Formats: sequence, structure tokens, C-alpha cells
Amino acid sequence: MAIDAIIGTRIRDRRMDQGIRQANLAKTVGISASYLNLIEHNKRRIAGKLLSDIARALSVPPEQLSQGVNTSLLDRLHSAAANLSATVELTRAEDMAVRFPGWTALIVAQSQQLSALHDRVQVLNDRMTYDPELAGSLHEVITAVTAVKSAASILVSGERIDADWQARFHRNIYDDSVRLAASSEALIRYLDTPDTTGPPQTAPVDEVETALAQVGYHIAALERSGQVNIPKLVEEMTPRSDPAADLMTRFMQTYHADAAKMPLAQFVPAARDADYDPVALSHQFLVPVDAVLRRLASLPATDGHLPMGLAVADASGAMLFRKPVGGFALPRAGAGCPLWPLFTAFGRPNQPIRAEVALPDASAQRFLCYAIATPVGAAGFDAPPVLHATMLIIPDPAQGTTESIPAGVSCRICPRTGCAARREPSAMR
Amino acid sequence: MAKRVLLIEDEPNIIEAISFILSRDGWTVHTHENGTSAMDKVLALPPDLIILDVMLPGRSGFDILRDLRATAETAKIPVMMLTARGQARDRELAERLGANHFMTKPFSNAEVRDHVRELMEAT
Repeated sequence: MAIDAIIGTRIRDRRMDQGIRQANLAKTVGISASYLNLIEHNKRRIAGKLLSDIARALSVPPEQLSQGVNTSLLDRLHSAAANLSATVELTRAEDMAVRFPGWTALIVAQSQQLSALHDRVQVLNDRMTYDPELAGSLHEVITAVTAVKSAASILVSGERIDADWQARFHRNIYDDSVRLAASSEALIRYLDTPDTTGPPQTAPVDEVETALAQVGYHIAALERSGQVNIPKLVEEMTPRSDPAADLMTRFMQTYHADAAKMPLAQFVPAARDADYDPVALSHQFLVPVDAVLRRLASLPATDGHLPMGLAVADASGAMLFRKPVGGFALPRAGAGCPLWPLFTAFGRPNQPIRAEVALPDASAQRFLCYAIATPVGAAGFDAPPVLHATMLIIPDPAQGTTESIPAGVSCRICPRTGCAARREPSAMR
Repeated sequence: MAKRVLLIEDEPNIIEAISFILSRDGWTVHTHENGTSAMDKVLALPPDLIILDVMLPGRSGFDILRDLRATAETAKIPVMMLTARGQARDRELAERLGANHFMTKPFSNAEVRDHVRELMEAT
């Protein structure tokens, strides 16, 4: 629902909260009750003086009636619906976020908690299934139990057994019982020991993204030229798990290499002069386009640069890195829109793509996207091609460059019809 | 001549117990404790039935089963798999690879004896 279309609803809610009769409010602001009724049912647009008068009469700032909902909250609400494949009134998500911000935040928080718990269950399940120490202990216990049970069954079967065999089975039972006691104790010790080295509550990639979000995806320590103590920096930012530390190390190594080739002092003015054109900057600094895309996304948010998001994916569609930007939700794995330049770039490796993407929500927000897919790993004849695609996302470009690509965020929450890229029905209704 | 059972298992006390039970039931029991050379042992005998543990030193029972079914001389030998892991996917894998029966440890002696009889009668 567009912002304009819910101003009336907000007016009506505020008026009713304060117990003001429609006719009285209309009289206060000098309009007819029937006209106010049309406004409250979003059948007449409202702005300017009348909006200010109504806001004053309701004792609220005008922007509280006219401004849109926090886009980040709305993105997360959409993601919550997509994560659970819930059939909900997605077209009214903004309305809900405006009218019930507390409940919306609760839904978002619960969804995030659910995702974290889901990840934790997955990790524990993997541990039960694949942990060699646990598997070894259980195997030892079951093997000893099998041997004891089998030998004991022979002894109590009532059949005549030679004394030699009887002695052997008695000895075997004793040996296996000792073994069983030892392996059971080992198993109990293992299960009683807190899993201090185990995986964290969240996925490693989430840990890294959370840590990076806290510094605005700009790491001042890596901007310095020369040697940087990356292990120490990693320790400061992601102390919780080894996989996250590994991911963060790789991220920082790439960041530091990019910063060395495009020092901030030269890159910032060059980016402004080039109007943030990645290809122009690539030529100027003699670096690959994907390095420029990463570098642009790492610019400090405080210096008045355009807000820029970044996504890196592999050819399976899995997201390897996400720097979110308002209004453009980036799923972690396999649920994005195949029309994004991030994915179409795989069809044209090494060729930069510049395209404008329009999302289908009522705000019809546009995003300028630069993307390129490049090979990773050492070159080699007949090696399987491994490509990573990188996409820079700039919201609300100043002017339309070309016709926008009518894309979405995820099929599940995309209302577009007749889309050849659709892979599952939409929950929109 | 009594039919031959080859028990491929690396736990000595389980070997002893199963050997005792099956010998008493009239089968000639041969044993082998190593996964790596198990195929050589099968080809050298060859047995009328194989009892094959999944977790063996050197090579897994699944790999051995795969080879058994791919080798003309051994393709038709009935195989009874033993495993300490009763997970559905292990059972499915065993069936897909051509196991005739899948038994989870701890098993009962009667269960072993009955299934060996059943498989031998079918050969």
C-alpha cells in the first residue's frame, strides 16, 4: 500500500484513539465530515496545509501521519513472511508496520529468533550425525553390547556347551563388560562436557555480517598501507567461532588488497568525480570491476556517499556476502529473484552489467545495479568453471538510465504475474 | 558338504559368538577381519553367503558390497549387512547396493540364525 494511501488510515486511528468524533475534527479543520470520511478511507489524497491542520488538531507531528515506515523493518517483515512461506496479506505489510510498530518488531524479532534456533538445531543435528567422536563412542558401546548379548544368549540357551566354550564366552562377557563400562563413561563425559568449541547460535556468515554491520562495512584499520595484523583484527571482531573467523579473515584479506590498490585518499575524490561509475574507476585504478564494486560498498557511510549495498553469490545462487541496503532484501540462500543482474551476470562472465531494477511494491522503488561475474581460483585447462558474481546496489538513482527490469525480491512475496522467471506461486493476495 | 558362510567382521568376540551359533546350525563358517582384502577372500572361497559388517578397517562394507555386485563371480552371493548405525539412509543405501538383508546391532542370535537359514534356502 502506498504511503499516500495510508495517511487516511493513520488519521482515523489517531482520531479514534483520542475519542474525537469525525464531525468535530472536520469542523476544527474547516472541512465537511463527508470529506474527512473520504480522506480517512484513503479515497482522497491529503497533503500541505490540511494535513498540518489535522495533525495539529490531533496533537501529532505531521510527519507522523505522512512519513513511510522504516524500510529496514519492512524488509525484515517481508523476510519473516518469506522464511516461513506464510500466506499473509503482504500487500498490507506496510499498513501493519505503521499501525502496529511494536507488534511488527515482535514478529520480526521472533522470526530472527526462529531462524537462529533453526540454524542451531541444524548444527546439533549435524553434530549428532557426523561428529566422529560421538559416532565412535556410540559404535564402541553398541559393539560391546552386541558381543555381550550374543555371548550371554548362547550361555543361557539351555543347549549343551563344552566347558572350553563356556569358559571362552564367560571371559568374553567379562572383557566386553569392562569395555562397555569404559566406553559408556567416555560417552557420558563427552555428553556432559559443555560444547565450548562447538558452533555458535548463528551461522558463520551471519556472525560476519553482524560484525561488519556494526562498523558500517568500513574497517578503518585495513585502510592503512603496509602490514596489518589481520588475525588480531579478526579476533577483535568475531571471537565466537572458527568458521566465522575464517570467513572474516578472507573478507579482510580481500578488503586490505582492494584498499591497497585503491587508497581511500585517492579513491573518494575519484569516485565522486566519476559519479560512482565502477567501470570508469576500474580504468582509472587499473583494477578489476568486481574489486571496484567491493571498494565502493566499503566507503564510510559518514562521508556523504550514496548508500550502497553489495551482494556476492556463487553460480548455485548461494549468497556468499550481503551488505543490505534499504528496500532491497537479500536472502541468504536460493530465494532471490533470478532477474537480478547478480544472476544474469553468470550468463556473461567478465562483462560488466549496468541495469536498473524496479521492485514491485507500491513505492516502486528503483535500484541501480552494477554486476559482474568473474572466475575464481587459479586458471587451468579443462578445470570446471567456478564463478562468483558481485553486484553493487544503489537505491533511488537520480534519473532513470534505461528501462527498469521488473524484478522482485523473492517469488514467494512477489505479486508480478506472467513472469517467466517465477519458480513458485506467490503468497500475495 | 555344508554350505559356507563368510563372516567379514572386525570385532573378535562378535566373530566368536556368530561363528559358534552358525557352526552349531550346520554351516561352515569362515571369518575375515579386514575390509581391504575382503574381496580377495571372497573370490578365493567363494562362500554361499556373506555376513558383512559396515564399519571395517581399511574399507567400508558398502564399498565391498558395491564390488561384490559388480563382479560376475560374486554378483549373486546373498549378503547380510551388519551395522551399528540403524539410520534409514544406511538401510536404503544397503538395499540400493543390493544387500539381501540388513541387520542392526545389537541383534539377537535367533535373528542371525533365522535369516541365514532363510537366505541359504533361497540360494
